[in-house]
Amino acid sequence: MAYVLRRLLEMIPVLLIVVAATFFLAHAVPGGPFDKERPLPAEVKARLESYYGLDKPLTTQLGNYVANLAQGDLGPSIKYPGWSVREVIGSRIGVSAALGFVSLLIAVLIGVPVGVLAASRPNSWLDRVPMGFTLVGICVPSFVLGPILALVFSLGLGWLPPCGWGSPIHFVLPACTLGLITAAPLARLTRGSLMEVRSLDYVRTARAKGVAPLRVWFVHALRNALLPVVTYLGPAAAGLVSGSFVIESLFDVPGMGRLFVTAIINRDVTLILGTTIVYAAALLFLNLAADLANAALNPKVARDR
Amino acid sequence: MKEPVVESLASESGWQRFRKDRAAVWSGWFLVAVAAVCFLSPWLAPYPYMAQDLAHSAEAPSSAHWLGTDLLGRDVLSRLLQGGMISLFVGLIATAVALVVGICYGVLAAEVGGRAEDALMRFVDIVSTLPLTLIVILCTVVFGQNMPMIFLAVGGVSWLTMARIIRNQTRELKGSQFVQAAESLGQSRWGVFRRHYLPNLAGTIAVCATLTVPGVMLLEAFVSFLGLGVKAPMTSWGLMIKEGADIMEECPWLLISPSAVFALTLLSLNFLGDGLRDAFDPRSSRK
Repeated sequence: MAYVLRRLLEMIPVLLIVVAATFFLAHAVPGGPFDKERPLPAEVKARLESYYGLDKPLTTQLGNYVANLAQGDLGPSIKYPGWSVREVIGSRIGVSAALGFVSLLIAVLIGVPVGVLAASRPNSWLDRVPMGFTLVGICVPSFVLGPILALVFSLGLGWLPPCGWGSPIHFVLPACTLGLITAAPLARLTRGSLMEVRSLDYVRTARAKGVAPLRVWFVHALRNALLPVVTYLGPAAAGLVSGSFVIESLFDVPGMGRLFVTAIINRDVTLILGTTIVYAAALLFLNLAADLANAALNPKVARDR
Repeated sequence: MKEPVVESLASESGWQRFRKDRAAVWSGWFLVAVAAVCFLSPWLAPYPYMAQDLAHSAEAPSSAHWLGTDLLGRDVLSRLLQGGMISLFVGLIATAVALVVGICYGVLAAEVGGRAEDALMRFVDIVSTLPLTLIVILCTVVFGQNMPMIFLAVGGVSWLTMARIIRNQTRELKGSQFVQAAESLGQSRWGVFRRHYLPNLAGTIAVCATLTVPGVMLLEAFVSFLGLGVKAPMTSWGLMIKEGADIMEECPWLLISPSAVFALTLLSLNFLGDGLRDAFDPRSSRK
């Protein structure tokens, strides 16, 4: 409990640094949110800027922003007039969270069994073929796999809609793309870690005293072998985030990733900040969750801290 | 693999072991070939990469244009070579940036030791959980999408793993007898770093660098794919894949050739890195 509290407290300075860094970067982006093809009259622009507080010195703006942030207020969106950044993000975050969750689920449900299967018959075709595929999975970026899947399953076979959003069937292609890409390193990790564990003394002891082979495999070996896999889920989530930028623009998914990219193109400073903070906080929490899960599985980790 | 590892270690040098790894050797030659062709592209390319020929736009591969032409009638092969030059360039330079920062940071952490070391490494842990792609995108946009800043931004977030590995290795070296002997004979810190740390870290650094390049190239491709990296009329593999994906229904060849070359290059880099690691760093070799 004290550990969780310490980790949570640690997040506050980290998030503050992220906010400050993003704040100055976002304000340094050349061009402003009110720049259009025809320049606005000077007094209109000045009034807009004073309305949004953009005329004050940067440090004052940052102070105000942090003060508001502490109360959960992410400020008004500049490009979506009348909406607050919180509302804009709120309308999109569900989509991305659902997509990320389903992708991670696909990754685990494919990656871990494939790794277990490969490790059960090392150097046979059952090992070589799936491991070859995972190597391809690591090297083919999501923005290559996505179009290929779309080409085959929606344009070639006509089974799935190539893009759009609204019904569960729209989930399939983007979630599979992200899931398969993440499954590849998971499978390799599972295999490697199982191979290491199964040569350990305690597994040999279990086998020697006559525990059923499947029980040795799943109860003795797999439980320990999964520890690095659980730890990897944190970084995997980070990978899903960067993957989602591309996948959401590719498949026309109205999620956070596309929001961030359009916010950058539109120079919507408050929205850039808002999305970055939400992403950073989400990743920090996911990593904490992965660490806690690890401690729950492994008493050694729990004792070490 | 059930070969007697200890024996082979005694009788073979790293290079001999490396040469037996056929996948790694072929990957190495493939990479040399790709790099040579791309970097010589100003002389080798059949057409200038930005030359438009609107009379022959969006043509499928033919004898005049081996890989077809894009919507503006530019030769895809020539653009592929020029894009490869940019992608490889980013890969190499950003990796060099990551290497320098990672080595300095890792060695420094191991040298200071104690609480400062813990704090430095905790910082690496925390930073590596942050959404770094966002920061890279922001940086490239802030600095006007010019090439040197893309190198710096991509390299600036890729040194974390390197720092971790270098720090662990340096700690081991620091406790070893020959380093202690050098210290007790009065060698300066810089001398120890240059004469003892660097030569012993060289293998690890080479392996790390090879395995960092694909990640870095992927990151550049991500940013370019979103239209926030390399600017037209220049191109990179990531940008070409993006342009190909936009019109894949009509002109699949615009997607296929850059995707294939990009994936093959990343695959070779991974094979090469794994091969180098198995040959020169037997402790971490796959079992």
